[in-house]
Amino acid sequence: MSTQVQAKRRKKRRAGKATTASSKTAKASANAGPASAPTGDAPVPKAATEQARAAKAAKGNEAKPTRKEMMPSGIFGAIMTEVERNIPLDEPPPLPVNAKLSVIGKRTPRIDGHLKVTGAARYTSDVRLPGMLYARLITSPHPHARIRLIDTTQAERHPSVRAVHVLDRVLGNAELRDKSKELPGKYPIVRFAGQPVAAIAATSQVEADEAARLVRVDYEVLPFVVNLEEARKPDAPLVFPGPADQAATAGGGGGPAGVPQKGNVRGPVKGGPQGRARGDVQKGFDEADVVSEGEFRTQVQTHSALETHGVVADWRSDELVVYSSTQGTSSVRDELAEIFKLPKSKVRVVTEFMGGGFGAKFGAGNYGVLAAHLSKKAKAPVRLMLDRKDEHLSVGNRPDSVQRLKIGAKRDGTLTAIHLQVYGTAGTGTGAGTGGPAQNMYACPNILTEESDVFTHSGPAAAFRAPGHPQGCFALEQLIDELAERLQLDPLALRDKIDESPARREERRIGAERVNWANRHAPGADRGAIKRGLGVAQSVWYRLINLDSSCEVRVTRDGSIELLSGVQDIGGGIRTALAQVVAEEFGLRPSAITIRIGDTSFPGGPASGGSMTTGSITPVARNAAYNVKKQMLEQIAPQFNATAEQLEMRDGAIFMRGATGGHASESRASTRKLLSFKQAAARLKTEQIAARSSRSDDYGGFAFKNEAAAFGFGIGIYGGVQFAEVAVDTETGVIKVERVVAVHDCGRPVNPLAVESQINGGVIQGISYALYENRLLDRNTGLMVNPNLEQYKIVGSRETPRIEAVLIEEYVGRNSTDAGGIGEPATIPTVAAIANAFYNATGVRLYEMPMTPARVLAALGRAAKMKGGLS
Amino acid sequence: MSKETKSREDEKQRVSRRGFLKGAGLTAASAAILDAGLLGAKEAEAAAAAEPEVVGPGRVGLSLRINNQLRRVEVEPRTTLAEALRFELGLTGTKVVCDRGSCSACTVWLDGTPVCSCMTLAVDVGTRAVTTIEGLASGGEKLHPVQEAFIEYDATQCGFCTPGMIMSCAALLKRKPNPTLEDVQTATSGNLCRCGTYPKVFEATLAAARGRDAKKGD
Repeated sequence: MSTQVQAKRRKKRRAGKATTASSKTAKASANAGPASAPTGDAPVPKAATEQARAAKAAKGNEAKPTRKEMMPSGIFGAIMTEVERNIPLDEPPPLPVNAKLSVIGKRTPRIDGHLKVTGAARYTSDVRLPGMLYARLITSPHPHARIRLIDTTQAERHPSVRAVHVLDRVLGNAELRDKSKELPGKYPIVRFAGQPVAAIAATSQVEADEAARLVRVDYEVLPFVVNLEEARKPDAPLVFPGPADQAATAGGGGGPAGVPQKGNVRGPVKGGPQGRARGDVQKGFDEADVVSEGEFRTQVQTHSALETHGVVADWRSDELVVYSSTQGTSSVRDELAEIFKLPKSKVRVVTEFMGGGFGAKFGAGNYGVLAAHLSKKAKAPVRLMLDRKDEHLSVGNRPDSVQRLKIGAKRDGTLTAIHLQVYGTAGTGTGAGTGGPAQNMYACPNILTEESDVFTHSGPAAAFRAPGHPQGCFALEQLIDELAERLQLDPLALRDKIDESPARREERRIGAERVNWANRHAPGADRGAIKRGLGVAQSVWYRLINLDSSCEVRVTRDGSIELLSGVQDIGGGIRTALAQVVAEEFGLRPSAITIRIGDTSFPGGPASGGSMTTGSITPVARNAAYNVKKQMLEQIAPQFNATAEQLEMRDGAIFMRGATGGHASESRASTRKLLSFKQAAARLKTEQIAARSSRSDDYGGFAFKNEAAAFGFGIGIYGGVQFAEVAVDTETGVIKVERVVAVHDCGRPVNPLAVESQINGGVIQGISYALYENRLLDRNTGLMVNPNLEQYKIVGSRETPRIEAVLIEEYVGRNSTDAGGIGEPATIPTVAAIANAFYNATGVRLYEMPMTPARVLAALGRAAKMKGGLS
Repeated sequence: MSKETKSREDEKQRVSRRGFLKGAGLTAASAAILDAGLLGAKEAEAAAAAEPEVVGPGRVGLSLRINNQLRRVEVEPRTTLAEALRFELGLTGTKVVCDRGSCSACTVWLDGTPVCSCMTLAVDVGTRAVTTIEGLASGGEKLHPVQEAFIEYDATQCGFCTPGMIMSCAALLKRKPNPTLEDVQTATSGNLCRCGTYPKVFEATLAAARGRDAKKGD
């Protein structure tokens, strides 16, 4: 470590508490969670249903007149064909494949890179307003308590304190269906250690921290339970005295409402492909030649974004302006407007840059509500950023799981039944199910998943990068490998047989070649203490679309172009992707486009979660750009005695089209340059022209559409196949991941450079989750023992393996860009690929995460004992 | 004597070791030091006899040399350099993530050496030159080669770890112009990145080193 650390002699901060519960958006849209309704339609043979869906889709776009056009379809370089679509008349002609485009699909450095590398990018925690106050949360040190009294008088007397506010409703926890089941009290019941109780604003952060200690809270401490197994017992202390539900968030997570509950156990929710159980699993197992089963356990992981949750709230006389570190500017606005009974037009939420979210940053949050109250009271802007401990405790996590998975198969590998029973705790929240992969990865006539949430006195879970899916894959992909071994099939050959996704088939082929799969040795073949292994695992994720996605594109007489949308860039690089899409349409460079996003005063953008940002907003950007371009050409054309249709824009200029039509790139030779883009803009009749566009339905319709939430599941799935090479030191138990080959698809890649970064990130987060991260709660005190970044271990530079991200282009012809997302698919299979590689290295299976040296040694020891016993 | 050196001289006197002990002399902590015989009685007496300047607990005036500029701040002695930079001087490029030296997001240079500014008291900086991400690019618009490479190779995602990461990598190239991959991994081993951008950080830093080499060769 090069960084020299100097002794810290600063006055010690309040060591105790802190918190905020994760927020649920009032207008919950996506429930990408496992226990969710219909997901992708992977296992359904596509051709059969395509027609019916197209008919349904045409109905969806009914109001809009359409035209028929052919669109590229298939996997570039493997199987390409064309598909006919009904395209709304106001949308541009289909794009050809990336190879024929000049900006889209090209590796493009981020247009905001300069701001990020110079420290000029302004994050919420960097916002400084005149007269700004600093706030501190007061949180419960007890996991379960009733608050008798809160005395703020002493704190209020502190000379630097400007406002104190006590929370009257906690966001993020599940809520009792029948409120009368609980004794009414003046204050919300404390259900986890770290739950926010109040907040205080002072003229500096240290003074706010100081004054927070002067708030006296009198707690009646109640019995608690923080352990999954103990909470399932009939005599366990109850987290809720009756059935409780947690609203879903815009990023997924949360579970369905109205589920039966007994004690702390809520469920099971029975599910299968398209949300419903399929067939009869018992019959399926009866028909099986081989049945494999196992119990798999995963731990709680916290999101640990580097920028903590937080806001700067500025309650002005005319409006409430909130700078928020969020993945959904509109979800924050909507929730604040509802809570403070303000018209949405009087709440403005701004997110210029944000330091990571991974699913946990939707909605106003308790901290946001508290900061707005404090600002209103103090008549000054208030900054409330959580500290690292708050961040671990109260704003979300990935639930743990105990999964019993059973798979039956015929001798030839054909699956006959998949049955998953899973218990997990999302703390005071719901959504611990892990059924997604079991439901949607493989073709099988009989599928049943039974998912139960177990309430515990710990912070509520939130959506976390592919809710339920890495956990689900840890079980499913290991058991599929085990099945392959018992059937004496190669793991890839078995998958070729039972997996209907053409993308994954191609990805397996590419990956196998790269890692030289054919030469993979038998399990445990290495002789020395260090044993190497190679494993594979697959991903399944869904084409989620937020239809509430809009933007405006403007061209000004000086030739400048702007795009405005509420959508926020959480690190995936949507700013740059939008610039590319607009630039492609105008025939300019991305750097020529000014992208203004992350502000609810612009046309509403989608929340960034569930890998849906790119697929939701880039078509809108192209449609708006196309319409402004059309306006512009219509104004210019008469000056050249031409029609708009005869003109085209490319290479920074306007050209007269030749005899042949088609896309710009195909007709270059026969065109004549008329004037530069700048000259053309100067001839506009008004200073500025603009077009606004909103997301239309997918051209092929949706597998499932929720009208109320303006939300759709696109047809088809995202695949993704990862290969991991590990070295296991059988003497120390240390697993080192040496190389990962990650082959993925995300529709039409807009910026492969940034997609690669997200794939790297997904793999690295997967390694971190597989080997290191673990939220540890002390069952005797109910407190987290590692709420920091040194004992809560996250993968670092030295544990980062060689990662080869390989991207295939998959065209499905669903919208004007045909682009998709990559955030979730990239992290889903990593844990399972490592586990399968571990098996290939040692011949021993690990059923529990994180795969720490202690667990490795224990598993190797058990295996050796058994072997010794048998011989 | 230039204005800058003069005020640096002033500064030396303001928070001299003696002055500090003097101020601290009133606290229980230094009583303990005296009891423990860690400080000679004579020295303590001499200190007590000097002019009665007390540092803290209120705000103390400091002149810090930051990015080749002399900046005046008034901070409490408990204020960290990170807090002084961000809250007092508006240099918010330096990020605070863990606030306890376990993530290196707040990395700045003191006389060219990377340190965690969340673990450094502003009053301890003294006359050492502070370089932050805002001051890394010498000569205004022209970026440092590591910064340029970070853009070109996409070594940022959310960008929150980026300033600290760049300060660590640029410091490495200063002390080792031709690093190996392992050198870069070691130099950034304290820098946490939650988005998992490490591979591109390695790529960018190695490319920056190569680019620099190539330029020298011209």
